[in-house]
Amino acid sequence: MNTLKKFLPFLGVVITLAVHLLVPDSDEHPDAEKPYFAWILYFFLGATFFLGVLSLKVQKLGKYFERTGPFWFGTGVVVIFFNVVIGKLALIPVLFFPKFDNILAMFFEDGVLILKCILYSTRLLLTGLFFGTVVGFVTGVCLGFSAKTYYWLNPYIKLLGPIPATVWIPIALTIFDTPYAASVFIVALAVWFSIALMTSSAIQAVPNSYYEVARTLGASPAFQIFRVGIPAAMPSIFLGVFYGIISAFLALMTAEMFGAKYGIGWYIIWQKAMMVYSGVYAGLIVIAVYCTLTLTLLFKLRDKILNWQKGIVKW
Amino acid sequence: MVTENTTTDAKDFIQIKDLVKTFVSNKGETITALNGVNLEIPKGSFVSLIGPSGCGKTTLLRQIAGLAAPTSGGVFINGKKVTKPGSDRGFAFQQATLYPWLTIRDNISLGLRARHIYKEHAKDVDEFIETVGLKGFEKSYPHELSGGMNQRASLARALVGHPEILLLDEPLGALDAFTRMAMQDEILSLWKKYKTTMIMVTHDVDEALYLSDYIVVMKARPSKVESVIHVDLSYPRVRTQDVFVNYRKQILELLDFAGQVQEPEYYL
Ligand SMILES: Nc1ncnc2c1ncn2[C@@H]1O[C@H](COP(=O)(O)OP(=O)(O)OP(=O)(O)O)[C@@H](O)[C@H]1O
Ligand SMILES: [Mg+2]
Repeated sequence: MNTLKKFLPFLGVVITLAVHLLVPDSDEHPDAEKPYFAWILYFFLGATFFLGVLSLKVQKLGKYFERTGPFWFGTGVVVIFFNVVIGKLALIPVLFFPKFDNILAMFFEDGVLILKCILYSTRLLLTGLFFGTVVGFVTGVCLGFSAKTYYWLNPYIKLLGPIPATVWIPIALTIFDTPYAASVFIVALAVWFSIALMTSSAIQAVPNSYYEVARTLGASPAFQIFRVGIPAAMPSIFLGVFYGIISAFLALMTAEMFGAKYGIGWYIIWQKAMMVYSGVYAGLIVIAVYCTLTLTLLFKLRDKILNWQKGIVKW
Repeated sequence: MVTENTTTDAKDFIQIKDLVKTFVSNKGETITALNGVNLEIPKGSFVSLIGPSGCGKTTLLRQIAGLAAPTSGGVFINGKKVTKPGSDRGFAFQQATLYPWLTIRDNISLGLRARHIYKEHAKDVDEFIETVGLKGFEKSYPHELSGGMNQRASLARALVGHPEILLLDEPLGALDAFTRMAMQDEILSLWKKYKTTMIMVTHDVDEALYLSDYIVVMKARPSKVESVIHVDLSYPRVRTQDVFVNYRKQILELLDFAGQVQEPEYYL
């Protein structure tokens, strides 16, 4: 039974491939240059078989596939369903719902451009994230620790913060020389607010007794801020980064629609304008994979930094 | 001698003079947590504070620690008025209050790090971890340990800096009877070894008798020192000693004399 589970992903690919090869595509779809979907399936066929064999030997991998095997098989069924509805029977308009071969063709034939777009977006995201996080963190720490700063600044921040960052695009474009700088500003702004808010409220929520303990141990004010207040607030600050990145994705895609030369957001808009829907789907796939990988990376980072939280908070 | 009447010339004493501390509750009423407390505590003595719940024991310790400003009067150490906390006064809080993001060892060594003297005293940390029986748990996080273990860690954190004065707020409250007795002996030997002035809140009359030179009996509403009992017995004391009975009787009568309606949280 458990051996079967380890080969369920492989079986999923087998039936997906069988259906794909045995049932001909609908004539309504334009033909792709090469059978890309079949190629991909061959690749997965080999990969899942190899992993299946490997998981018989490697304990950890075996456990993983015992748990996820049924899911991967189910994924095969879902792929078959869409392949039949779209590719084989063309039940929905082929212009808006291209078959898999044509979507994959974008990666094979337009791959360099897509890669360039990914790099461009990454540069924008990282730059914006960097400035937004640093400024947001500093703002939050100042608001959290200094009652004066809080008094004088917080009303404005409360007023301006909730405005979606993308609304500032027209203004950012006039303030900054280049569209790129404006885009960085918009992404940074999106990140800034959620980090500043989560940081300041988390710091204010730190129990007073934490500081009292530090004071009786002879801790200086700086020690109380950096070694007590900020670490205590870290889980919430991280939550702020998490929300910040999500709004950064949104801001990123929107910002790229203005005067950008490359970028995933730009790519999708451009493909849509040219009515190349296979390009739109390729872009969506890139975004989905991209965001998931970024968040996974973020969670890994969190587990490293906040490993003391394991057992207290479950995400 | 611990006395209720202050004399100003004794430099080495902790002097508490006409100490009044009031709080304003959320409802706006004024709560008098300490209503004119006068005490003198000799250097190196072991003082226990005992009294009904809510009579101001924690408030008094916090005043000595300098965690809050008095409403009037004050606490003087070596003749100097206490205005803020300092590492000369260690405080083991009623709640363990360990930092959840630090391991037990890092929690215990936090004060040394804050004062930049960790390197010289790293050995002390291990020694105190052993003393409070937490060897093997250095790398654990507070939420992985029991309440009693956390309380012992918090005790070690207060002890490790070798403060001149140790303020202990029911440090052994969460411990079982056996660990408790063992910890009492540890506290006694630390007291002997370092000549620390100990001021300890407890609800346990026998614990107070076993450990202290002086027992300060407090009463509630208005919160005041009811009486100070000098326990004139040599150490080590024997828990089953006959004389304990007389002292115990005296204290229990005093607590009754405090005239309070017996409250359910009254620990006797
Ligand atoms: N920060 C505060 N704000 C308002 N009231 C307070 C505050 N701290 C203490 N009190 C009040 O002062 C009184 C004395 O409190 P305290 O904590 O000193 O009692 P305690 O003797 O330590 O009691 P227990 O034995 O239960 O710990 C109580 O009535 C309490 O409600
Ligand atoms: Mg108390």
